[in-house]
Amino acid sequence: MAVVSANSTVMNNVETVRATLYEALRNDERTLIIGEDVGARGNVFLITKDFVGEFGERRIVDTPIAEASIVGIAVGMAMEGLRPIAEIQFADFIYPSFNQIVGEAAKIRYRSNGEYTCPLVIRAPYGGGVRGALSHSVSVEALFYHVPGLKIVAPSFPADVKGLLNASIDDPDPVLFLEHKKTYRLIKGEVPNGHYTIPLGKANVLKEGAQLSVVSYGLYVHWALEAARQLEQEGLSVEVIDLRSIRPMDKTTILQSVERTRKLLIIHEDNKFGGIGAEISAMVAEEALFNLDAPIRRLCGPDVPAMGYALPLEEEFMSSPAEMAEAMREMVKF
Amino acid sequence: MATTITMPQLGETVTEGTVAQWLKNIGDSVDKYEDFVEVSTDKVNAGVPSPVTGTITELLVKEGETVATGTPIAVIEETGAAAPASAAAPVQTPSQPIQVASPNGAKPSAIESAEAESARGASPAVRRLAREHRLDIQTIKGTGVNGRVTADDILAAARTASSTTATAPAPPPPPTAPTIVPGATRTSTYAQPIPGTFVQLSQARRIIAERMVESKHTAPHAWSMVEIDVTHVWQWRLREKDRFERETGSKLTLLPFFIRAVVQALAAFPLMNAKYVAASGSSQSGIYVNDEVNIGVAIGLPANLVVPVIKHADKLSIKGIAIAAGDLIDRARRGKLNVDDLAGGTFTVNNNGANGSWASAPIINGGQAGIVTMEAVVKKLVVRDDDSIAIRQMMNSCLSLDHRVVDGYVASGFLADLKRRLEAMGPQGEL
Repeated sequence: MAVVSANSTVMNNVETVRATLYEALRNDERTLIIGEDVGARGNVFLITKDFVGEFGERRIVDTPIAEASIVGIAVGMAMEGLRPIAEIQFADFIYPSFNQIVGEAAKIRYRSNGEYTCPLVIRAPYGGGVRGALSHSVSVEALFYHVPGLKIVAPSFPADVKGLLNASIDDPDPVLFLEHKKTYRLIKGEVPNGHYTIPLGKANVLKEGAQLSVVSYGLYVHWALEAARQLEQEGLSVEVIDLRSIRPMDKTTILQSVERTRKLLIIHEDNKFGGIGAEISAMVAEEALFNLDAPIRRLCGPDVPAMGYALPLEEEFMSSPAEMAEAMREMVKF
Repeated sequence: MATTITMPQLGETVTEGTVAQWLKNIGDSVDKYEDFVEVSTDKVNAGVPSPVTGTITELLVKEGETVATGTPIAVIEETGAAAPASAAAPVQTPSQPIQVASPNGAKPSAIESAEAESARGASPAVRRLAREHRLDIQTIKGTGVNGRVTADDILAAARTASSTTATAPAPPPPPTAPTIVPGATRTSTYAQPIPGTFVQLSQARRIIAERMVESKHTAPHAWSMVEIDVTHVWQWRLREKDRFERETGSKLTLLPFFIRAVVQALAAFPLMNAKYVAASGSSQSGIYVNDEVNIGVAIGLPANLVVPVIKHADKLSIKGIAIAAGDLIDRARRGKLNVDDLAGGTFTVNNNGANGSWASAPIINGGQAGIVTMEAVVKKLVVRDDDSIAIRQMMNSCLSLDHRVVDGYVASGFLADLKRRLEAMGPQGEL
């Protein structure tokens, strides 16, 4: 962690998560962290290291390996006025808590006619490319994407991690906060000091371009940006949009971009079928068909049950910057 | 424009390459497709062709140095910016004259069918823009893939139309700026030939030309043809086609069935899977009978011909051949073939019938004993052995053979065997 100016600090993504949680715990007594190994162990990525010493066991709550209980307890706390930040150690382990998230948390406001809300954040490291094999590589966003009442956030840059995590904690409704674990130490950036939020549901145009709009999120944002910059050298102009929030979807930013470029490529790591790209494709086809000069294309994970441990299997699953550049080239030239 | 050349990926699993030797120095000029560096990897040593014509301005890696694929290794300053086939040509600058609908509706006829095709495939944006600008899509020359009219083409045509309507009649747009080479000969490219111009050979075309001449001059070609009843194979293919495509994502054509019959016939006639070895030094001339059956598949591309090879085709089922051939054809069209894909062929199959060809006399691929074609499948009235008349699907298959290796006796036996095997296939079974 290096302070480059009085106003910002250079941090990687995992340091930013830790710093943001620390400030939240300091600034708001209602906040607490609940999950596996968050106490004495200090989280498997050391995000909550030493927290229990400072904030005590009532605010840094170690649980058994029981994800349904982690979220279920947090839902009750949130309904009664606390601001729990539940942690699923790896997104791959979220399934036992599915009912608590989908069946309970997402429906509480509606079910109680607004009498109760559920200001709950569920943090989950997700994603592959780290030799995590079948149970430490999964992208889970599409499973929850279908559920009204639930927000899903997946930042790519440290500054966004902080602003969006603060906004998620402030939000009166449940937020699934997905952190791509390959970006944890890979991605560094300047993070403004002090408290700030970035509104949920707002995408970020990272690079402007005239011939193709590329929409992505998570790790692949960085690779798509790399590919687009490479194409710049070839005289091809590609716009790169970081969704940041997966749901609510920032329709306006996507549609304004497609209106200019007339071509859309969606890139994500999660499986293609029924994924985030499918919904964006459908939205653009419904809203902007007569602006499209090429079929919408999705570059996504293959429809296989999981990411294999063997390196060739993992590489086959993941899209590379070179593959992204090739897809972009083909679409620009179409 | 300066083009940065990166270390190419020579082979699927290769992640780095060593600059073995620079074939050009800084300041040297280099032609498009001309090798300018030799790269070695653990799998292959290969010359790397320049993607552009120009002058070498920077060499970024020393000889003997190993770098990751994708690492910049050289910079070439491009000359003749008007090269229309340049892969990196910006799409907004149409290098071709744009035709705008004239008030009396006259339209050019030469490429009408291609344009009608692209109009049918016009994107929603193109249709909307054409409507808004009152332009006829069919009169606009496309700059997209396969001549597709793009939204930018419409907008460019609209700009031209608005700037010329005031001064009708519109002057003909200037032709593409000719590239002047020493000797002042006008040139054009193979992909977009212009009458009255000189087409310079790409490296690939030069090699094709040399090898064709060499084969035709050294191997005395003889030719034969059989007519094959493919009705049952055809029915089998139709029966399996949808499921096959669903399961593998590849199309199921007649090709794999044919190759299967070819490799079986080659097993029965090993001399057809051989090559003539000329005398050199103290070694005498002879015939080498190959112990592998590797089938080259001729694939025509817009600017050249490639013959990738299905290795050990005799060890593959029809399904296995279909998948291997589908992969090669797909990668050939995308320009993704490796050096390995093109090597080691022992016999060649040319699927020549797609455009209706009924007979052809192919040139043997050098170092092989023969090449066999599949011609168009056509329905014919056939008088059968029992004197009944039937409508059958018939296909001619033509064989060119190296008469130094085999005579008509072996060749006609091979063709008869091929015919017998294909006619015995189907109409159902395990692929």
